[in-house]
Amino acid sequence: MTEFHTSLGETNYLAIAIFFVFVGITLYITYWAARKTKTTSEFYAAGRSVTGFQNGMALAGDYMSAASFLGIAGMVAMKGYDGLIYSIGFLVGWPLIMFLIAEPLRNLGKYTFADVVAYRLKQKPVRIAAATGSLMTITFYLIAQMVGAGSLIKVLFNLPYEAAVILVGIVMTCYVLFGGMLATTWVQIIKAILLLGGATVIVILTLSKFGFNPLNLFEQAATMYGEGVLSPGGYISNPWDAISLGLALMLGTAGLPHILMRFYTVPDAKAARKSVFVATGFIGYFYILTFIIGFGAMVIVGQDVISGKIGGVGDKGGNMAALLLAEATGGTAFLGFIAAVAFATILAVVAGLTLSGASTISHDLYVNVIKKGISNERGEVQVAKAATIALGILSVILGLLFKGQNVAFMVGLAFAIAASANFPALLLSILWNKFTTAGATAGIIVGTGLAVILIILSPTVWVDLFKNAEAIYPLKNPAIISMPASFITAIIVSLLTPEPESERKFEGEKLRTYLGVGSE
Amino acid sequence: MTKSKAQQLVDSTAFKAFVKRRWLYSLLMAALMLAAYFTFIIIIAFNKAIFAIKIAPSLTVGIVAGLGIIIFAWLMTGIYVTWANKYYDADVALLKSKL
Repeated sequence: MTEFHTSLGETNYLAIAIFFVFVGITLYITYWAARKTKTTSEFYAAGRSVTGFQNGMALAGDYMSAASFLGIAGMVAMKGYDGLIYSIGFLVGWPLIMFLIAEPLRNLGKYTFADVVAYRLKQKPVRIAAATGSLMTITFYLIAQMVGAGSLIKVLFNLPYEAAVILVGIVMTCYVLFGGMLATTWVQIIKAILLLGGATVIVILTLSKFGFNPLNLFEQAATMYGEGVLSPGGYISNPWDAISLGLALMLGTAGLPHILMRFYTVPDAKAARKSVFVATGFIGYFYILTFIIGFGAMVIVGQDVISGKIGGVGDKGGNMAALLLAEATGGTAFLGFIAAVAFATILAVVAGLTLSGASTISHDLYVNVIKKGISNERGEVQVAKAATIALGILSVILGLLFKGQNVAFMVGLAFAIAASANFPALLLSILWNKFTTAGATAGIIVGTGLAVILIILSPTVWVDLFKNAEAIYPLKNPAIISMPASFITAIIVSLLTPEPESERKFEGEKLRTYLGVGSE
Repeated sequence: MTKSKAQQLVDSTAFKAFVKRRWLYSLLMAALMLAAYFTFIIIIAFNKAIFAIKIAPSLTVGIVAGLGIIIFAWLMTGIYVTWANKYYDADVALLKSKL
């Protein structure tokens, strides 16, 4: 491939047009949802009117970010099989959610997972701790998404980075502010359909060049880049790092507040189960697609173009692989469509994160800490909306502040905190009768604190960002230490500070946990 | 003082057995999933040559294993839902009727 031309980097009017159509439709849906979003139940949980199948699609949509679409396709394109290892880690947390968390979560809680953790404990300290863990997870995830959005849009639509960030901030705030959970759910569903549909078309077009036999594609890849691309490469060099990352991804998924929040949009535990089944199916399918797309890009576009060695549009991470393949197989028009879908994906995910943050601030902190559990419906919705605007502004500021930084580690950090702070507290509160307020609070604080400190001391920050010679904490991911530490702390502190009242409530709570009696 | 119906139900052997069954099943499924995934990871970490073995031209054991785990994960959720819809929900209805 000596000649190279791509329209990436030039203004793609079709992409912009499609994107405006998407925004138009979703804003219309937001308007429709707004008329139905007056109460807290509607703002936080779409009035529990979402079906199991719809929620499954929304969950999948929330989880399939632009970063995973472009990042994983890029990783497969540049490194082959290793990209699959990475994506599998993201998938296998979902069955665990199903087996351990989904039904008790839905039965015990009302709008947020902190409802479950604080169910029979003293509200104030537990809510504050859980809210802190949630907000930190959300913030780091949000920074990564906003920075990714800015740089992606800059490439796709030729807009200045700052304009892109502000645009994303404004549109997503509108979704949440006016349409609440109902609007964000439908935005996620639409985006999931577009993303899966678009990716499927890319795969069909790609495989058509190989007689619809993926083995021919793999053979070509091996011929061009060596047999090594078809089996694990150097990605897992340190087994402890692999285990740590695996733990963070598997258990972090079960601690992501914006994911857990979606479980309250369905009427009951049975629908919650169905959601996980549907979501797992779509997400699994998505990772199979990104695997083929990665190889397709490797063969049809070529690693040199993807990495930017030739042509200058690529980057070392290979993030342009999927887009370049779309253009190579479907032309500039198809590139425009996929680019618009990628942008839509970012919008949807940041909207979900913002809603989750707003509900943590209003439901967990305002109602249960400041107002001591007494909820004035209208007041609560107003606080939630004010929090939405504040978070929208904050996300734009953070996006602008972190411009140009390599923020990929922040997603890993978000998962690590979710795995180390949120998940242990959630699991122990469901399973263990001797779990106490002090234990919950201590566990969350230790988990969050260790995760943050160890990431700062890890190679990605200590060496790459702060330019020190050697990392104090040798692994890239803190989960292997911070998660067990959180569990152990929670257990020991709970045993040291018995709360007979909470222990007594655990028995009565069982009817609600397992039979759904009295669930909201 | 006689116990409330709710308290009686919680204390009943039927309910206790039900909770035990539920967790036995869930933890077994979770253990299987964890075992599958970490076996996959450990093989890659310690003996990745296994995954480089070809079972057909251009089809490595690794690719089969990787795609296999994805499908396995989904099937596991499907098995759980089928079990729950058939057995767990029936138990729940029976126990609830005692209230």
